[in-house]
Amino acid sequence: MARIGVFVCHCGTNISGVVDVSRVAKYAESLPGVKVAVDYKFMCSDPGQNTIIDAIKTHNLDRIVVSACSPRMHELTFRNTLERAGLNPYMVEMANIREHVSWVHSDNKELATEKAMKLMEMSVSKVRRSEVLTKMFAPIEKRALVIGGGIAGIQAALDIAAAGYKVVLVEKESSIGGRMAQLDKTFPTLDCSACILTPKMVAVSQDKNITLLTYAEVTEVSGFIGQFEVKIKKKAKSVNSKCIGCGVCVTKCPNKKSLSDFDGRLGPRKAIYTLFPQAVPNVPVIDRETCTFFLTGKCKICEKVCPTSAVDYTQQDELITEKFGAVVVATGFDIYDHSSYGEYGYGEIKDVISSLQFERLISSSGPTEGHVVRPSDQKEVKNVVFIQCVGSRDESKKRPYCSRVCCMYTAKQAMLLKDHYPETQSYVFYIDIRAAGKNYEEFVQRAQNDYGVVYLRGRVSKIYERGNKLLVKGADTLSGAQVEIEADLVVLANGLEPRKGAKEFSQLFHMSSDQYGFYNELHPKLAPVETAISGVFVAGCCQSPKDIPDTVAMASATAAKVCAIFAKEKMEVEPLIAGVNQLTCSGCETCYNVCPYSAIEMKDKEVKRGEVRHVAEVLESVCKGCGVCVGACYSKAVDLKGFSERQILSQVETATMPITNS
Amino acid sequence: MKYELQLKNIAEGFRKDVENLSQQKISNCYQCGKCSAGCPVAYAMDYPPSMIMRMVQLGMHDQVMSSNTSWYCVSCETCTTRCPREIDIAKVMDTLKIMAQAGSYKLSENEIPIFDWIFLKSIELTGKIYELGLIGAYNLLSLHPLKDIYPMGLKMIIKGKINFIPHLFYNPSELIKNIRMFKLIRKKDRERIYEKNA
Repeated sequence: MARIGVFVCHCGTNISGVVDVSRVAKYAESLPGVKVAVDYKFMCSDPGQNTIIDAIKTHNLDRIVVSACSPRMHELTFRNTLERAGLNPYMVEMANIREHVSWVHSDNKELATEKAMKLMEMSVSKVRRSEVLTKMFAPIEKRALVIGGGIAGIQAALDIAAAGYKVVLVEKESSIGGRMAQLDKTFPTLDCSACILTPKMVAVSQDKNITLLTYAEVTEVSGFIGQFEVKIKKKAKSVNSKCIGCGVCVTKCPNKKSLSDFDGRLGPRKAIYTLFPQAVPNVPVIDRETCTFFLTGKCKICEKVCPTSAVDYTQQDELITEKFGAVVVATGFDIYDHSSYGEYGYGEIKDVISSLQFERLISSSGPTEGHVVRPSDQKEVKNVVFIQCVGSRDESKKRPYCSRVCCMYTAKQAMLLKDHYPETQSYVFYIDIRAAGKNYEEFVQRAQNDYGVVYLRGRVSKIYERGNKLLVKGADTLSGAQVEIEADLVVLANGLEPRKGAKEFSQLFHMSSDQYGFYNELHPKLAPVETAISGVFVAGCCQSPKDIPDTVAMASATAAKVCAIFAKEKMEVEPLIAGVNQLTCSGCETCYNVCPYSAIEMKDKEVKRGEVRHVAEVLESVCKGCGVCVGACYSKAVDLKGFSERQILSQVETATMPITNS
Repeated sequence: MKYELQLKNIAEGFRKDVENLSQQKISNCYQCGKCSAGCPVAYAMDYPPSMIMRMVQLGMHDQVMSSNTSWYCVSCETCTTRCPREIDIAKVMDTLKIMAQAGSYKLSENEIPIFDWIFLKSIELTGKIYELGLIGAYNLLSLHPLKDIYPMGLKMIIKGKINFIPHLFYNPSELIKNIRMFKLIRKKDRERIYEKNA
C-alpha cells in the first residue's frame, strides 16, 4: 500500500487568498493512502522543503503530492527534494491550484476551494499508480558534422573546433566559400566580401580539428543524437593530393565550352577548374561530363603539363561511413529563377540579369574583371534599372515571403555602380524598403541622398526590347504617374529560395520543412537553431532568408548547442518516454509512421522463446515523450512512462466522482 | 490634400460590397503598383488603378464612384494577368461600373454608359449589332449628331460596310426568347446588387 504525503502551499496569499488551504489539507487526510497532509506558507522555500523531508522520514512516506503552482515552475525543485530525502525523484505529482484555481477563480472562493480539492485528489490517485523511474544515459560520439561550406558552415566549424572538438565539414563544390564568395562587397559597410571571408576559409583549412571534405555529398543518414552514422560520397576529383595549386592545368585546358555557374553563367569555365582564385582547397577538379578526355578518350593535356603529376584520371567516387554526435545543416540558398516572369522576358533577354550575375560582373575576380558591361554586346552602361521583389512577395509565383536581403543588396549594387562609373544613373523600383538592421536604413538613405539613386515606388509591369535598349514600363504610385525608362541594363533583385533538392535532403534526417522547402526550426522564437530531430541543428539561409550577420550569429549558436552536447560525459535522458510492450505489439508500424522525432525503430526480434516477430522499439535517447504513438497504437502496446494509461484514467475517474464530504 | 479620410467610411462596408460583388479579395492588395505600371489607358484616368484599389480599401466610395477610371478601363486584363496578389482588377472595374449605375451616383462619364446601353439594346432586339442604329442613336443621345459622319461614315456606307437595314431574327419567337433572356439577366443582376447592398 502506497504511503502518500500531501503538501498544500499558500504561496503567500496567492493561493490562500482564494482557496481555503486548510480545508484542502483536511480533505486530503481523508483520502485512502494519505498518511499526512499539511499546509505551509511557501512549500518551495528551504523550510518548506525541509517540512517535506521531515514528513517523509517521520511518516515513512514513499510518494508525495504538492498542491501548489504549475509543474513548469517547481516540479524540478520537488524532484530534487525527494532525491535528498532518499526517494525516487519521479514519485512526486503536482496539483496546480495557483494558475488553474486561485488566479482564475478569485470571484468564487467556495467553488475554487472545491476545484482545488478535486485537483489535489486527482493527483493523489495518479501518484498512487506512479512507478519508480530511473534516469537514462546514452554515449556521445564527440565529433560534429557540418554540412555546407558557406559562411554558416565555416563559422560553425571554426567555433566547434575552437572548443577542441573534431569537425568534419562537407561541401558539395570543389571549394568552400559558398554564396558569400560570389559577392563583391557587403552591406552596410561596403567592405570587400572576399577580404573578410578568405581569412576564415584559410583558418578552416589550417585548423587541426577540422577535416575538410570538398566535392563531397551526404548520401545517407541513420542513428540519432550522439550516434549519427553518415554515409558521405566523395566525388572523384581526378586530381590527387600531390597538387600544389599552380593552376597550369587550368590555363592550358583547351576545353572552355561550358559556362561557369559560379560566375552566373556569364563567362566560360574550363573542364578542369577551380571555382575562384582564392579557392580553399586550391585544388582543381575535372568535370567529367564536359572533359574532352572523358568524352572522347583523347587530350590528356592537363596530365602532360602538371609538374607534380597530380592528375589522376582513374580516381573513383568513394563512399565513406563516419560516426558523429551532432550535425549542423547549413546548406544555404539558391536565387529565384526569373524565367517564370514572362513580363521580364522569361529570362531570355540577355541584358536582364539577376542580382548574383551583377555581383559577378562588378567583382574584380569576375568574368569581366570588374567591368560592368551589357552581356549582349559588351558595351558600357549608362542607365541601369533595378527591380526589387522578383520572386519575393509574389503570391502568383508561390513566393509570398519577403527575402529580407534584396532591399539592402539593391541599394549596395546601385552605390557600387555609381562608385565605379560616376556617369551612370540608377533607378530602383521597390514596393517597400525593408531596412531593419543596424545602420541599414541609413545605408539606403545614403544611396538616395549621396549617390543620387532614383527610387520609384512601384512594381515594373513589362520590359520591352527596343533597338538595343530596354524599355522598362513602370509607375510611381506615390505620385500616381506612369514612367518609361530606356535602360541599358536591368538588374532583377531575385528572391532567395531553398537549394534545389532541399526537400529530399531534409528527408535524410527526417527534418521537416515548410511549403517552400526551408527547414523548420523547433520553435520560431525559443529554439531557432534546433530542429525537431535532437542533435541536428540548422544555420543560415536553409532555414529562412537572412543576411550575413544573422547567418554568422546563427552558426555560432549552433556551435554552442553542439558543444553543450559534447561537454557532457554521457547524455542524460529524461525517463518520461514511451515504451513498447513487445508481447502485444502487432508490428503494424503505425507508431513508426506517426512519430515526429523518428524515435521508433521497427525490428525483427525474438519476443517469446522461439517466436521472432516484427515489432516496434523506442530509441530511448531520441524519444521526447510526446505521446503521439500512445494514441496511435491499435493494440495498446505503447505506454508513456510517468503518464501511463492507468494513471491518466484513474485521474479521469477521480475527476468525475463527487467530493465526499467528511 | 484633395480629400480627407472619413474613419466612419472605412468601417462601413463599401470594401465588403465590392469584394462580394466582384468575388475578389481587395484587401489583398499591397499597393505594388504593377497594375498602374502596365495599364495602357492610365494616362487618361484621373486615378490609376492601384489608387482606386486603395480607395476601395479605405471606403472612399464618393471618390471612387465619381472617378472616370473604371469607365476608361478597356478590360485588356493586363493588370489581372500580372497582379502578384492574384486580384482580377478588370473584374473589380466592371463591378464598380455596375455599382455606379445601380446606385444614385452622379456618373463622371455619361457617354460610355450610353454606348453600353445602346450596344446591349441592339443585341437584345436584333441578336447582333445594327451598326447604323448604334451610330445614329449614340450620336443623337450623346449630343454629337454629326460625329464621324463625314468623311469616314460616308466612305463606309459607299463601300457597303454599313447596312441601312438591320439583320433581324428570322423567327419572331427567337426575338421573344432573346428579350426574355435579357429580362431575366437584368433581374438577377438587380437582385444580386440590392441583396448585397442591403
